[in-house]
Amino acid sequence: MSLISFTDHGLYCSAGDFYIDPWRPVNHAVITHAHSDHARWGSAHYLCHADTFPVLRLRLGNINAQAIAWGDPVYKNGVKISLHPAGHIIGSSQIRVEYKGEICVISGDYKTEADGLSGNFEAIRCHTFITESTFALPIYQWEAQPKMFDSIGQWISNNQQNNTVSILIAYSLGKAQRLLQAITPVTDRIFVHGAIWNTHKVLQDHGIPLPNVQRVTPEIPKSSFNRSVVIAPPGATESNWMKKFHPYKTAVCSGWMQVRGNFRRNNTDAGFALSDHADWQGLISAIEATGASKVFVTHGFQSVLSRYLNEKGIEAAEVKTAYGEEDLLLTENPDEA
Amino acid sequence: MKAFASLVKALGSSTATNEKLNTLSAYFSTADPKDKVWVIAIFSGRRPKRAISTSQLKEWCIELTETKDWLFEECYHTVGDLAETIGLLLPINDADQDNKPLHYYIELLIGLQNKTEEDKKSLITDAWKQLSRDELFVFNKLITGGFRIGVSQKMMVNALAKATHTDASLIAHRISGNWDPSLVSFEALVQENTGSKDDSKPYPFYLAHALDKTAAALGAPEEWLVEWKWDGIRGQIIKRNDEHYVWSRGEELMTDKFPEYQSFVSLLPDGTVLDGEIMPAKEGIPLPFSILQTRIGRKNISKKQLQEAPVAFFAYDLLEWEGKDIRHLPTVERRMLLEKLIRDFTDNRFLFLSEPIAFSKWEELTAIRDTSRSRLAEGLMLKRKSGMYHVGRKTGDWWKWKIDPLTIDAVMIYAQKGHGRRSNLYTDYTFAVKDGDKLVSFTKAYSGLTDKEFTAVDTFVKNNAVEKFGPVRTVKPELVFEIAFEGIAASKRHKSGVALRFPRINRWRTDKKPDEINTLEDLKQLLALYGK
Repeated sequence: MSLISFTDHGLYCSAGDFYIDPWRPVNHAVITHAHSDHARWGSAHYLCHADTFPVLRLRLGNINAQAIAWGDPVYKNGVKISLHPAGHIIGSSQIRVEYKGEICVISGDYKTEADGLSGNFEAIRCHTFITESTFALPIYQWEAQPKMFDSIGQWISNNQQNNTVSILIAYSLGKAQRLLQAITPVTDRIFVHGAIWNTHKVLQDHGIPLPNVQRVTPEIPKSSFNRSVVIAPPGATESNWMKKFHPYKTAVCSGWMQVRGNFRRNNTDAGFALSDHADWQGLISAIEATGASKVFVTHGFQSVLSRYLNEKGIEAAEVKTAYGEEDLLLTENPDEA
Repeated sequence: MKAFASLVKALGSSTATNEKLNTLSAYFSTADPKDKVWVIAIFSGRRPKRAISTSQLKEWCIELTETKDWLFEECYHTVGDLAETIGLLLPINDADQDNKPLHYYIELLIGLQNKTEEDKKSLITDAWKQLSRDELFVFNKLITGGFRIGVSQKMMVNALAKATHTDASLIAHRISGNWDPSLVSFEALVQENTGSKDDSKPYPFYLAHALDKTAAALGAPEEWLVEWKWDGIRGQIIKRNDEHYVWSRGEELMTDKFPEYQSFVSLLPDGTVLDGEIMPAKEGIPLPFSILQTRIGRKNISKKQLQEAPVAFFAYDLLEWEGKDIRHLPTVERRMLLEKLIRDFTDNRFLFLSEPIAFSKWEELTAIRDTSRSRLAEGLMLKRKSGMYHVGRKTGDWWKWKIDPLTIDAVMIYAQKGHGRRSNLYTDYTFAVKDGDKLVSFTKAYSGLTDKEFTAVDTFVKNNAVEKFGPVRTVKPELVFEIAFEGIAASKRHKSGVALRFPRINRWRTDKKPDEINTLEDLKQLLALYGK
């Protein structure tokens, strides 16, 4: 491929001399979203969406970054770069790269169902589409968001009736914010872990309309948590930090919860298959809508998706990236799914 | 069906025994009576006879969802359960209007027996279009069998006892044996004493715990009856009203599998129930378990098999005598009756007493235990002479004191994804020993590692897969494990020439390199020592 090549530093556009989501420090990095496996430390210049910027700052420190809106082009050596909503998390973007009439779109991570927070995924017409494949198996067929939110709300209500705290385990960036929409109809007593609090604060200060939550601190008396909801990142579940919520019930919110075995391994009380990635049908329809004649499949079930596309008559190939191995699991990628 | 689906979901997601017990007893207090009977049946392994093959199910799902074969296989290997895979592949139904009870769907499945393939297909696929996702899973599970949700027989008995305010040991007895869930009502099953009417009904087996302390801690040696722990199938022989029944501990009726028993059961008085071991044996001398294995699976047993793999019964307890339940009597009294019964017997070709082992000091017994393997025993059984015959696994009066397993160090060469709790994780491994500069596979093992270790090995497999054969990955031979097993036998079916009994991973030998593993020669020596 001429426009984008796959190097040991990441996806590279030689014509414009920039990288997309590089996994090693480079001169110019274009970032799809602020999850740690896509936005890494050490590059000299960053380009990202305006809503990604504050979180990028929070995570990477005082970086040199340019923040732009969706659809506003930036030119580098005559290469046109623009960002378009990917629907994965707040600020997540697909990167459209155009040079001499050839168009390539890098999806980053994406979700096709509108979640009311991240901007609605737009399929961009292109010649080459580089797609993720985290949930590229037809068993991954998500229930609609309102239905999932109902189930989560129902679970919280049941716990409240039993005078039990509901602990929702979710990634600090993305899932934690999205879940608030499921919780607020049931209760406004929402506590969050410090890691989630930091992200929440930054996003609120940036102007994203999020409901108010309370940070869990050692000073809060145990009794204040009674019947409340606590959002915690996966790492917190095995720590002493959970003790003060007793009695409590835990639920993991992740696409991996679709399969019972995965859920049962987690030893939590409930699992909700609520994902920030496209399901099988979402991936297929998104890829078809781009009209791309060539598709590169990255992180996830690459071999399955590329075989399927090839059999369908869409030329596709697998690409190894540092965004995750085959069958990546909840525990291996603490910022995602 | 909704109530049953949510019961299965709740049981599958709670980890605390007490919580499961409460969920189950709440179900038994409120559910449709007909459904309750079926739930007891299903959770005790009495599901309706399978009318559809798994390949038919798969085929219909593939056709309905327009999924390619290879893609279906990929899904299946990731999910690790056929019923669940199909449930996830089918379109999501808006199933709030359907509210048929569990027994409706079970009757539907039973009704399939005599239907044409075309009718079966349309009935199943119609049901698929009615049910919600959680219901689809349990419906498919009813067809394929095997609800693994951690409900033990004991837990179900306790839940029923709680829900019906009945003594647990009575419930255990009432729900055992031969009853037809489509004919029995819930009340008749758990509340009346149906045991008196059903001659085939076995007693719940008393199960021993592994000895978790020194033998000396058990007190005075003379308070204990000690026998070999035989390596056969635990069984119960019932003689009532001139009929006999042979039950395995898995509550499988195996009467027809052991025609040898005909010779002595005809001489047993009516109203006799023996507890003992179904053992391959020639003239009272035990033979390796592998000999019994050649017979168990067969529907019809040939003359040749009867000669080559004769099966005897080693009796160690008497549960019913002269038509009376004598389980409450102390072991020593039951034993006396048993010994007299067998001593007076005129035909002793296939019925033997599991002889007590004489000893006066615990140290003496320890030395005797070390000779277990040469007698084809797995160790010793210790039974308190004053103890009664309890129901289920109860601590205190019976202990099994097994010998340490045999072990061998081996390297992992193949890996495959597991099932159930281990779906989508590489947890099923094949191991090899050295043979010169080659590696020879000799066993598979699935258990023995912690979740953490499984995750680490899984990562290793993903990063070190050399070749793919369908779901199997060939991996670099680098990880060394100690494999433990209970026995070894010659086998023509395996490349290595040996077959292991109960192989499992004893520990991960991170301290060993692949060139330090055992050899095929080592295995052959074990075979020569313990193989016959």
